[in-house]
Amino acid sequence: MTATSFARACALAAAFTVSSVTAASAGDYSITVDRVALETGDFAKTAIGYNGSSTPTILRFKEGEEVTIAVTNNLAEDTSIHWHGLILPYRQDGVPGISFDGIKPGETFTYRFPIVQSGTYWFHSHTGFQEPDGAYGAIVIEPQGREPFRFDRDYVVQLTDAHPHSGERIMRNLKLMPDYYNRQQRTFLDFLNDSRDQGLSAALADRSAWGEMRMMPTDVEDLQGFTPLINGQDPAQNWTGLFEPGERVRLRFINSSAMTYFDIRIPGLQMTVVQADGNNVQPVTVDELRIAVAETYDVIVRPTEDRAYTVFAESMGRTAFARGTLAPRSGMEAEVPDLREPPLLTMADMGMAHGEHGSMDHGSSGPRAPQPTHTMADGTMMQGMNHGTMDHGAMGHGAMPMAGTDPFYAPGSGLTPQAADGGKFLSYADLKAQKPLYEHRDATREIELRLTGNMERYIWSINDVKYSDAEPIRLQYGERVRFKFVNETMMTHPMHLHGMWSILDVGQGKWNPVKHVVSVAPGTTLYMETEVDAPGEWAFHCHLSYHMDSGMFRKVIVEGGPAGKSADLPAVPQQTTGG
Amino acid sequence: MRRHVLATAALIPTLFWTAPAPAEPLIYGLQVEQAERRFDDGSDLYAWDFDALVGTDELKLIWRSEAEYLTEGSRFEKLENQLRLQTPISTFFDAVVGVRLDTPRGEDRAYGVIGVKGLAPQWFELDADLYVGETSFVRIEAEYEGLITNRITLTPSLELDTPLGDDADLGVGAFAPILEVGARLSYDLLDRAVAPYIGVHYERRFGETADLTRAEGEQRDNLFFVVGTKMLF
Repeated sequence: MTATSFARACALAAAFTVSSVTAASAGDYSITVDRVALETGDFAKTAIGYNGSSTPTILRFKEGEEVTIAVTNNLAEDTSIHWHGLILPYRQDGVPGISFDGIKPGETFTYRFPIVQSGTYWFHSHTGFQEPDGAYGAIVIEPQGREPFRFDRDYVVQLTDAHPHSGERIMRNLKLMPDYYNRQQRTFLDFLNDSRDQGLSAALADRSAWGEMRMMPTDVEDLQGFTPLINGQDPAQNWTGLFEPGERVRLRFINSSAMTYFDIRIPGLQMTVVQADGNNVQPVTVDELRIAVAETYDVIVRPTEDRAYTVFAESMGRTAFARGTLAPRSGMEAEVPDLREPPLLTMADMGMAHGEHGSMDHGSSGPRAPQPTHTMADGTMMQGMNHGTMDHGAMGHGAMPMAGTDPFYAPGSGLTPQAADGGKFLSYADLKAQKPLYEHRDATREIELRLTGNMERYIWSINDVKYSDAEPIRLQYGERVRFKFVNETMMTHPMHLHGMWSILDVGQGKWNPVKHVVSVAPGTTLYMETEVDAPGEWAFHCHLSYHMDSGMFRKVIVEGGPAGKSADLPAVPQQTTGG
Repeated sequence: MRRHVLATAALIPTLFWTAPAPAEPLIYGLQVEQAERRFDDGSDLYAWDFDALVGTDELKLIWRSEAEYLTEGSRFEKLENQLRLQTPISTFFDAVVGVRLDTPRGEDRAYGVIGVKGLAPQWFELDADLYVGETSFVRIEAEYEGLITNRITLTPSLELDTPLGDDADLGVGAFAPILEVGARLSYDLLDRAVAPYIGVHYERRFGETADLTRAEGEQRDNLFFVVGTKMLF
């Protein structure tokens, strides 16, 4: 262990001790896991819910308290709860087969851990397909100190993609027929239209190129046919948050979908993003943002007019939308926009631009890259950032259209988001940490993870090996690991590491945002760094439910470290502070 | 010493909780490509062609059944049942081994099967099987799902069954193939689970096989109008 990391470990240990000493308050919470009826305008089914309701439960914790959460399983099958984004002893992390062995039917399992952070998070079952079946809720943690921004109202806006089919059935259908749920495929009629617009030979060449690869440019959402919900309510039920004109309203967006990314906007209002994945960011004002599966974004809006505003969340594939309303009085409605045209993937998303990408990995491949490294695929974003080592001339992006550029999408990608009315669309490149959680230092080593898959077989994997065949990833306590994600698939993958933070490299050095999910667009390479400060065994996976369950998953083992931290057995919680 | 004990204590849960995460769910399903009535001038018949499968990404067991049942005389013209094991050999193709038992009439015929099945460039679904028996056959099947819209599909299909030897009992001559060509227009009525269709089905025998068929007083080719449904459960 280096001197720095040792000092940091001591500081952390001290922080743990301090927080548990000041936590005179101990919060007791209880949750039941139940079969519930879910009714949307499109379908009704038996789902899973917490505390007997299909409206998601919100747990409100206080930073510094020691929480005790009794989870009673009223299902006829095992269950579990994973506290998504919370930093806690690994035995409390709630992943069956990794952190514990699950909660049996009829059993009450008591989780106990200190709350060492604040912000917006969520929780969900990590068993089978219970999360897509409705087993999710929100976590709001009030900070010990003052929030660095002001707001008068505070609403959780939790999104999901409720589907009439059970998760088990969806998985099976996808295995039997990968395009089972894709009702946006290009048809013969589309071919006729394209022939008319582009000419027959161009249309034929295009179809032939995709046919040669046996891939579909429409494969943006594996799962269609869902009804998006906000806080358990469908677009017609219209979840409404009230405000007085002039008030600042904090919206805590949480994407609890199984498979669906959402593009969120509130026509008439700009959103100031103040937090991402529970950690405050330097405020950035946008017109629209894309929320990956399992991410959270906190925004502040300030409606001044005495009228209703629509909270409009279109799925990335434009097959459905969630809708809610901000209004001065309940029962009010604002205009609901139409869905925009569905995107088509391009050859850039197929990784055809990978060669070009290679030249972008500025010296980052070395385990001890001394200079700041960059994920940027678009040189133009780097101007004014004082990175002398970069060779701007080497980046041939002159021909790139300026509209809809985002360095976190492959140049020419069909998925690059664009704000509905030409405004500002949030990019990862806009995220800067408000207050870095860690001292910035060079990574001690790099681990390359290629995100791989076979759409036709519906097998998803990492480095071409799926979870059932894979060795765990072994990390050493105290190291700082740089993960290099190379997305070789045509899907977007929200990668989620349990137990430790994911410091997303947006080229901002110590100000890089600290997240728990990093979304890797098709045909791109993205880096994140992790301070390995949590002993134990952790899950690391794509958060798309059916990718995770078909193999895009790894166990991470953190070796070494203070014994007391990892040995936090539920029966003897005192060990938490005993280190 | 105390530190050592603590370190050991930390290892215990690590060892204890190394049970593997839950296995991937079993894949199973029933894919009915054809369940139809074929209308001809004289002899109508019912036909089916389905795969019932169970297994994993790595290995599937498939019961494949193909039959033609004549309404006239209430008898099977064709009844083939196969048990096939299928395993991936490349990105888009699987290898197949199995057995096939034909029990339409006369003496039962058994075959061993080896073959490949997969998705060729430009989305052609291919099956190529060698059936090894008293008389061996090579059978090649190709199918293409052409989307007219996202619910209406035109599926042209082709099957070429080539005997590798003469077999008077089966009424086939060496290298004189039987060709089946079809085109079915389906509508996805219930998800992908039920997709009724109408279409045409054409069969033709060549060479000595055709001669033997004619000798039995039957035509060397037949054109059917078909009505049926695809199913996927």
